[in-house]
Amino acid sequence: MERKIRVLVAKPGLDGHDRGAKVVARALRDAGMEVIYTGLHQTADMIVETAIQEDVDVIGLSLLSGAHMTLFIDVTKLLKDKGIDNMLVVGGGIVPEEDIPELKKAGVAGVFGPGTHCDDIVNFIKTNVKR
Amino acid sequence: MNDITSNVLKGEPRAIARLITLAENNDPVATDSMKAIHPKTGKAHVIGITGVMGSGKSTLIYELTREYRKKGLKVGIIAIDPTSPFSGGALLGDRIRMTELATDDGVFIRSMGTRGMLGGLTSAVYDVVEILDASGKDIILVETVGVGQAEVDVIKIADTTLVVLVPGLGDAIQTIKAGIMEIADIYVVNKADRSGVEQAVAEIESLIDITCSDKDRKIPVMTTVAKENIGTVDLVKEIENHKKYMKKTKMFDVQRRKRYEAELVEIIRKKLMNFIFDESTFKGKVESLIDQISKKEIDPYTASEEILGKILK
Amino acid sequence: MLEKALISRGGNLMIGKKELENIKKKQSDWQKNCYSKHIKTHSERQKKFVNLSGNEIKNLYTPNDTTHLDYINDIGFPGEFPFLRGVHPTMYRGRLWTMRMFSGFGSAEETNQRYKYLLKHGETGLSVAFDYPTLYGYDTDHKLSRGEFGKCGVAVSSLQDMEILFMGIPIDKITTSMTINGPAAIVWGFYIANAENRGIDRRTIGGTIQNDILKEYIAQKSYIFPPEPSMRLIVDTFEFGYKEVPRWNTISISGYHIREAGSTAVQELAFTLGDGIEYVKWAIKRGLNIDDFAPRLSYFFNSHNDFFEEIAKYRAARRIWAKELKKLGAKKPRSLLMRFHTQTAGCTLTSQQPEINVTRVTLQALAAILGGTQSLHTNSMDEALALPSEKAARVALRTQQIIAEESGVSNTVDPLGGSYYIEWLTDKMEEETYDYFDQVERLGGVIPAIEKGFFQREIAEAAYKYQREIDNKERTIVGVNDYTTEEEVTIPILKMDEKGEERQINRLKKLRKDRNNSKYERSLAALRKAAEGDENLMPFILDCVHSYATLGETCQVLRDVFGEYVEPAVY
Repeated sequence: MERKIRVLVAKPGLDGHDRGAKVVARALRDAGMEVIYTGLHQTADMIVETAIQEDVDVIGLSLLSGAHMTLFIDVTKLLKDKGIDNMLVVGGGIVPEEDIPELKKAGVAGVFGPGTHCDDIVNFIKTNVKR
Repeated sequence: MNDITSNVLKGEPRAIARLITLAENNDPVATDSMKAIHPKTGKAHVIGITGVMGSGKSTLIYELTREYRKKGLKVGIIAIDPTSPFSGGALLGDRIRMTELATDDGVFIRSMGTRGMLGGLTSAVYDVVEILDASGKDIILVETVGVGQAEVDVIKIADTTLVVLVPGLGDAIQTIKAGIMEIADIYVVNKADRSGVEQAVAEIESLIDITCSDKDRKIPVMTTVAKENIGTVDLVKEIENHKKYMKKTKMFDVQRRKRYEAELVEIIRKKLMNFIFDESTFKGKVESLIDQISKKEIDPYTASEEILGKILK
Repeated sequence: MLEKALISRGGNLMIGKKELENIKKKQSDWQKNCYSKHIKTHSERQKKFVNLSGNEIKNLYTPNDTTHLDYINDIGFPGEFPFLRGVHPTMYRGRLWTMRMFSGFGSAEETNQRYKYLLKHGETGLSVAFDYPTLYGYDTDHKLSRGEFGKCGVAVSSLQDMEILFMGIPIDKITTSMTINGPAAIVWGFYIANAENRGIDRRTIGGTIQNDILKEYIAQKSYIFPPEPSMRLIVDTFEFGYKEVPRWNTISISGYHIREAGSTAVQELAFTLGDGIEYVKWAIKRGLNIDDFAPRLSYFFNSHNDFFEEIAKYRAARRIWAKELKKLGAKKPRSLLMRFHTQTAGCTLTSQQPEINVTRVTLQALAAILGGTQSLHTNSMDEALALPSEKAARVALRTQQIIAEESGVSNTVDPLGGSYYIEWLTDKMEEETYDYFDQVERLGGVIPAIEKGFFQREIAEAAYKYQREIDNKERTIVGVNDYTTEEEVTIPILKMDEKGEERQINRLKKLRKDRNNSKYERSLAALRKAAEGDENLMPFILDCVHSYATLGETCQVLRDVFGEYVEPAVY
């Protein structure tokens, strides 16, 4: 049986804009992936625990409120602290270009801003998934 | 005993999650662990929860879990959603109603897609129940895809089956007489703050009177308002009562036996199908047989005899 | 059908029966000959032309498309029922729309500076954007506020912050709109208390609180409490408003966010008006007289890309609202006229080639103006990158000023009235809105439909369809899937004061220490008791505000009593 890629789509922090997260979740489902959507208002603890239990290959973080430097990095740091290195972390939403290098250094492998084609996200995941 | 097995038995979440993935993907690496943990299973009370979409199953599970946690019990939750037959993908969104449980280390939640299996469950669910059981969970809640007539497989795996309904279904209760209305050990009318609840309870009770042959135990009809945590304590009591009843009448072991039978059948089925359709040399023969059937050179029955003949040799 | 229309009404839109028949015949000839001949060698760009709501748009609209309309009853005159052509007799000839730029970021001090900047450059109304913790009723030092301080709006945790926010700004002479929903009653309390502390009578202050919880459940998701207690709070504000703060609009029934979440124009129209009617029904159930509170209900729409569809949408909105409020028993003309604010569509702006967003915003602003908006916010070109920089906000403001002063469009009322296309489209959108009203009725009403996930599903479907069209290049977004460049984005991005969060937290600590804490505790206890009962909560909230209870502390009391809302999972 062909292995399915499991993706966690999470909304960290207080941001309630879920249009993009939901559209991406559907696109990933249509590409044959199993997508677990956490809903809103997730802390880093909740996201990482969920990722562990669901044994996901990818964690997708969606944020449009500007708090990405704190909240995305909270997640990557917690993964590192727990010794988890086989999950691909990607992010999307409103992230200025100039913040991307630091996010990448902290462990966010790809950042997909406004105007991203859904296929680009799918292909990035398929290419970069670690297992 | 390998690492993953001992960690699962210790209740370590990462190991549990990993073994579930391996079992779900039919990875042979899982087999040794699955063999090793079976003797350590049997303690957990498996509760199946099915019902129409929108009946509030997930919220009910959330509130039941909170109640069990208050009693100090460990809970495993398996939330099953349909896999798209077209893309093979799935949107697993039941966790959204249980978001606060994510950081409770006495709760383990796993979302699963049906992956082509009909009946409301998924093929690996037996394995997952065994894994959660062996890892020390006292209660395992299985939330199925339950919509109507055909999604009744939950009775194969559950010790206690709950069927969740909502008021206002009206004639729908009559039309779904078969299927999920036959499998309940306990009926739950959720969203009982809506109008029509007395009527719904009455309709179910009249159905029970007609179809219930078991005179010893009358199937209870509970009412809950899950989102306000009303009726949960009583429901937990009823579930416990059902377990006591099953143990007293020895039905518990009979039911468990049915589960092991279903589990054995599923393991055999999977292995057979894997062998026939995935094994590299054999698959070629199967493909050519299918071509011959299409061209009317051979019929399906003869083809099956050829395949099975080779296996059962 | 034509005969019936002519007999039952005073006459047709513009033309008599015989002439209409002649036009019909001549049009048919034209279609068969001139048009058909032309497209044999010059085919149209697409097989079908479909607008954003999925309605097919014909090649030509003529009097034959508006034969069912009666000028007197269906179109009428501005300032009179059904208000299709405008809510005031003179519209912009008398007074231009308010140029009200939505803004806020960081701490109250920084935002105060931005308000003064915008006022200096000619904006005529204030509009406050709050940060996420404030929107959810959390103080800056709450654990869930981590990383969010000031990022998408200004942080207001107490009356003290409100004092700083409006320092040196004449709030007795200018109106303020505040985009706040869950904790709206409390933030309104801050504003009222601040005005009164400055010696301004509450009966003279003007402004708006968004205070529209239904669309939060549907789209924006910054809800706190479940529907019932939220509606109770809102009706409390209606009642307090018309009795105590009569110049205040106690609600801004919003479609903007529904549209931003991905809905079509018809859905925006239908869901928003449906919400509005629901609020009126709840207030009537409370026992309020419709003519007392209805004049202070206001609306807030999006202005999206399809130019003519947006104009038709605003016109249809006015007519539907007037009809529905009449049905609900309103008698005063002021109760029937729909005043609305518009914001250009943020979701249409791109991070690629951001300068061209100015063009998009211009078209969208023009549509809102031709649609008769009372007040307008134009987005900045850096919308998809960060909060507006000073310069970008100024350019957006200038866009409005150019339309107002240089284009001449404001010199007559409802200039597109009578256009066959616009009148046909207005009517079509009204018809489809009523279809949605029926659907929601069948589901049991607005709140049951929300709980069943109806609106959320419609919106998610429309959003997904739109994205697929873009991905498949069936819909062109300039700079994104066509006409792209590789050049780097070089416009300046807003930078905020990094010390702002620390200052705010220290300020809060000091406030909690320095206030009269027994007064504070008494006021919260009184609020809790009142919340458990059914008294109007505004006076109790104002007591808490005056005792310098923070937003988070006050909200927590309500959270304890009302509970918190969890949404259904809908894609």
